[in-house]
Amino acid sequence: MSTESAMLAQQFDDAAQQREASALGMWTFLATEALFFGVLFAGYTVCRVRFPAAFAAGSRHTDMLLGTIETAVLLTSSCAVALALRDVQLGGRRVAAWLLVLTAALGLSFLVMHGFEYYSEYREGLIPGIRYTQQGPLAGPMQLFFCLYYFITGFHSLHVGIGVILLLVMARRTWRARFSAQYYTPLELSALYWHLVDIVWIFVYPLIYLVGRAG
Amino acid sequence: MNSIESAVPPPRSYLDDGHSLRSWLFTHDHKRIAILYALAITFFFFLGGFAAMLIRLELITPAGDLLTADAYNKAFTFHGVVMVWFFLIPSIPATLGNFLLPMMIGARDMAFPRLNLFSWYLYMIGGLFTLAMLVLGGVDTGWTFYTPFSTMFSNGHVMLTVVGVFVVGFSSILTGINFIVTTHSMRAPGMTWMRLPLFVWAMYAVALVMVLATPVLAMTLSLIALERIFGVGIFDPALGGDPVLFQHFFWFYSHPAVYIMVLPAMGVVSELITAGARKRIFGYRFMVWAIVGISVVGFLVWGHHMFVAGQSMYASMVFSILSFIIAVPSAIKVFNWTATLYKGRIDFNAPMLYALGFVGLFMLGGMTGIFLAATALDVSLHDTYFVVAHFHYIMVGGSVMAYLGGIHFWWPKVTGRLYSQAWARFAAILMFFGFNLTFFPQYLLGYEGMPRRYHEYLPQFQVLNILSSAGASILAVSYLLPLVYLGWSLRHGPRAGPNPWRAKGLEWLTDSPPPTHNFEVTPVVNEGPYAYEDA
Ligand code: HEM
Ligand SMILES: [Cu+2]
Repeated sequence: MSTESAMLAQQFDDAAQQREASALGMWTFLATEALFFGVLFAGYTVCRVRFPAAFAAGSRHTDMLLGTIETAVLLTSSCAVALALRDVQLGGRRVAAWLLVLTAALGLSFLVMHGFEYYSEYREGLIPGIRYTQQGPLAGPMQLFFCLYYFITGFHSLHVGIGVILLLVMARRTWRARFSAQYYTPLELSALYWHLVDIVWIFVYPLIYLVGRAG
Repeated sequence: MNSIESAVPPPRSYLDDGHSLRSWLFTHDHKRIAILYALAITFFFFLGGFAAMLIRLELITPAGDLLTADAYNKAFTFHGVVMVWFFLIPSIPATLGNFLLPMMIGARDMAFPRLNLFSWYLYMIGGLFTLAMLVLGGVDTGWTFYTPFSTMFSNGHVMLTVVGVFVVGFSSILTGINFIVTTHSMRAPGMTWMRLPLFVWAMYAVALVMVLATPVLAMTLSLIALERIFGVGIFDPALGGDPVLFQHFFWFYSHPAVYIMVLPAMGVVSELITAGARKRIFGYRFMVWAIVGISVVGFLVWGHHMFVAGQSMYASMVFSILSFIIAVPSAIKVFNWTATLYKGRIDFNAPMLYALGFVGLFMLGGMTGIFLAATALDVSLHDTYFVVAHFHYIMVGGSVMAYLGGIHFWWPKVTGRLYSQAWARFAAILMFFGFNLTFFPQYLLGYEGMPRRYHEYLPQFQVLNILSSAGASILAVSYLLPLVYLGWSLRHGPRAGPNPWRAKGLEWLTDSPPPTHNFEVTPVVNEGPYAYEDA
């Protein structure tokens, strides 16, 4: 109980009200995130309908193996954060903190793998505006694919990066027993955020790596 | 947990709760944050107004003699950017909304006070970028940033402007989140949804629109930035990209944004009219659903800005029909305000005059919107002064009047002082005439075919342009007047007392100016809003 009342801000009447407000705030924020990414997906769809062949060709340049591993890593990390939250809700502390560290580590490895992808694309000359050496009739519209690819994955990676920092802060707080079975709102909200990052990737992966590959 | 603080200190007004600069710049009090916003947006209002004066001075003569074409482009761009994002969008929500929303629902503060302060800082940072853009030489794209001009050809400070608008967009997203959560979870006991004052409903609806539309603007601006920096991108026609896609994204935000600008005004006016007529609002539920309807359908009409931009005929038809439909809830509101006034004991005080001004001007602006929503008519009216007159009737005639009406209505609550009614009435009436003289001629000009956004025009348009510029100078005086008499009242005005208008609403139950935590005891609500005697 002590953690709970110490964390009650003056504008709230009780802990239940505060928890409800925080959760609603987070969900509203996640709704804005859906619209941030929505613009990019809409732009992707429009361009793809216009230039199906160029988008298929662009898609074939991406690294499907790494992309698939990245997907697996991110999904596993989401599972880890869910377990951590469950552990805290049941009164746990150490396991939860380690699970949070694991989540952050998986997020970090996701970023590293993406870095490798970007680097090899740079060497292949696939980055419009920086190093683009593609030739042939599809080279022009294929730039559109790559612009969107970098923008979408870059923006997503930015979210992953923020999430990693957030999770490390939460791991530290969990370790120091700032949360209890009664009070875990910040942890819960961070987990929600991490799931969003994950869900966005579930859309990115097929759009970028899979669709059009066979065509 | 609240009972711990047993020795209650005598209530001190929020204004006396610290006088240092620090106590203002680090405040978490929604009322003080509202005042910080009010000061900032007033500054930007007069800055944007200065650009408008330059425009009107240039247009007194047909020749482009005062400003070069380039300087003229920069003047109207600066005017548009500042007035839209740094004045009108934050105007009512960030000042009156911040001040009143918690009080009207019987709460001590917003749900997230720190976030609230942070959003003000974001606003200021965005404002600094915009000022930097001005000082370094301005930008010439128009407030709409149409591609490919903005991405490939303009050599103004597009990046600075885009960053400024991007940042200020986050300020409005955070305000929106705060409003939504506060309305959901901070209502006093007994304050059910159908007992909320219409102003609160308007704030709630506008918050939804802010939260759902602004991210689209932010991403679109980021895509512009990408194109400008790397010279590639999806709006670039040279690569097969699509400039019309930009317009879709931009208006997907900006049409809802026009409702961000007018919904709060509708909320304010509903309060002013019921209090001034001493009657319940006519058709409360209709008013609520009209607000909700406008904010939902407002997301579906953006294509009416692109009738001549090459979208398909079928898209235009659908957007046209939906635009007609959105006029229905707007009309319902006008009918209900009128019906509320009918047989009311109307007190023609200054807030009421502003409110009546709003209703009339909003109606004219809305009806010309219907003209423009007719595809055949829009082909000839698009990009003429008719459009300029249309949106100024709603945004300046409507929203700015409502904003000032709200300032006059709640001024005694905010400051604890009364101001000179005679001067305030005079300013309101002057504003109404000045406004019509400025913008009615623009309907005629547009109808006769004068295009917008040029610094010179054909000689036959001169008479109407002179009338318009004359009106603008009257309008300027009427905007400066409140600064004087409201400023004067701060020192010399008589004390207001808790409820000078004998109005209903929780905010009138507490002292003027209110104590830091608004109410000494949390109010309990047991009746609907606007419980004036007539029943
Ligand atoms: C009754 C509902 C309304 C309808 C049917 C309507 C219709 C239209 C149409 C069709 C246009 C495009 C004209 C053109 O460019 O050719 C337009 C422009 C505009 N409207 Fe409205 N409108 C309505 C309400 C509003 C409101 C409430 C506001 C603002 C608070 C507003 C602000 C604007 C602005 C700013 C533009 C011009 C933007 C630009 O091109 O710079 N409108 N309106
Ligand atoms: Cu519109």
